[in-house]
Amino acid sequence: MPEDVKAHITGVVFQITSKVGDAVAAGDPVIVLESMKMEIPVEAPRAGKVKEIKVAEGQTVQEGETVAVLD
Amino acid sequence: MLESVLIANRGEIARRVIRACRALGVRSIAVYSEADAGWPHVSDADEAVLIGPAPARESYLDAQRILTAARERGAQAIHPGYGFLSENWRFAKACEEAGLVWIGPPWRVIQQMGDKVGARREMQRAGVPVVPGSEGPVGSVEEARRMAGEIGYPVMLKAAAGGGGIGMVRVTDAAALEQSYAAAERRAQAAFGAPALFVERYLTQPRHVEVQIFGDAQGRIVHLHERECSIQRRHQKLIEESPAPNLTPALKERLTAAAVTGATSVGYVNAGTVEFIVQGSEYYFLEINTRLQVEHPVTEEVTGLDLVQAQVKVASGEPLAWRQEDIVQRGASIECRVYAEDPARSFMPSPGTIVRWNPPEGPGLRLESGVTEGCQVSVHYDPLLAKLVATGATREEARARMEAALEAFVIEGVKTAIPFHLRVMRSAAFREGRVHTQLVEQGAFNA
Repeated sequence: MPEDVKAHITGVVFQITSKVGDAVAAGDPVIVLESMKMEIPVEAPRAGKVKEIKVAEGQTVQEGETVAVLD
Repeated sequence: MLESVLIANRGEIARRVIRACRALGVRSIAVYSEADAGWPHVSDADEAVLIGPAPARESYLDAQRILTAARERGAQAIHPGYGFLSENWRFAKACEEAGLVWIGPPWRVIQQMGDKVGARREMQRAGVPVVPGSEGPVGSVEEARRMAGEIGYPVMLKAAAGGGGIGMVRVTDAAALEQSYAAAERRAQAAFGAPALFVERYLTQPRHVEVQIFGDAQGRIVHLHERECSIQRRHQKLIEESPAPNLTPALKERLTAAAVTGATSVGYVNAGTVEFIVQGSEYYFLEINTRLQVEHPVTEEVTGLDLVQAQVKVASGEPLAWRQEDIVQRGASIECRVYAEDPARSFMPSPGTIVRWNPPEGPGLRLESGVTEGCQVSVHYDPLLAKLVATGATREEARARMEAALEAFVIEGVKTAIPFHLRVMRSAAFREGRVHTQLVEQGAFNA
């Protein structure tokens, strides 16, 4: 079952630290958001393979928005 | 006296500087980004210039746009506030080269104190104690072992290229050194692109105590007493106060004397802060902040002096109006930083629109606020909304006033640090003045 990786806060995409096809463990950062001068990683909720990255660096994302999808 | 000042900042500190300019009859020129068009600092100023889009590097951090705005409006001076370009010596130098007065220390002092290794060396030369540790990066684990043996365990391994507490590794004894050294090198490489490490004595329950200093162009340097700033999260201050509680007169005397000695050795001019780490009766130089400090209001409250007006006067070439013996610390003052952060979620940022803003009123209260109802608190800037300052004849009176003010403060639309501040004000540790920098991370004020 694919699973969405969701932003837990509103912020600007600072860095995309994984790419499609990467294997990630639960807790690994998939992307890093920047909000109010803080860099905050958005972590994989479980182990899996990155199926899709839905955001680009510099883009603003809202809390709850899907930033990536795990296979 | 200067005729006009451009304020290269936003929010509460821009308003604070504008207020000082108005009191002195100086024309104030605000700059703002597209995100801040409706914000109070824009309407407060005599004039305002749009300098760019919301991201700071395209507006408040863009030196060229700010210099252009200054030239177009005929500004005579730049006040950088804190953060943004305030400690950027290249910007201070560019201002000077553009014929603008920089309201702060000379750019050479900013440059010298911005180099943490150089600053440490300079302070040591002047006789100011520094944290025992390596003079520069250690080259190998063997050198780290020798150094650690000399200064005594526990020690801290710190990224030479780093800052903000990132990549620090604590080593409890010699047996753990080799493994910790490898881990610290990896972290330093990952975070800062360079593996070089410093070795320093690890202090277990240090306090952060700083001294406000002020120098004029005629060469006089005074101190305006100390501030206690130990309540921090992620190495960022949350609560500050003056005087520092439970500081012996002897230690206070040594701290303020060391601060003046250090500032004098580098030819300091204008407002600055010498930061120290205090443990027991020992104190060590941390750094000099070459700018106005966020927490300057508590010093103003206990001394009755206006630091920002003095900054403008000294930058105009006037000598300081205060002699050291006239600067008396009276009563006690506490500041709580009202951040748009959620203390229930480990101080995560909480951007949003302020739909209700109802600040407290009462004796001994002062609010330095950057926002008002309807302001959209964006993800692009520091989350500081306002600074609430409570002052009393005694520390307990100031604390009780702060507690009541925090209870009465109504902010809706964003989460704020107020619930955290209330827990601190009610805690035995704070009431008794038993504070150190590890308290927040140790969960001492958790709900």
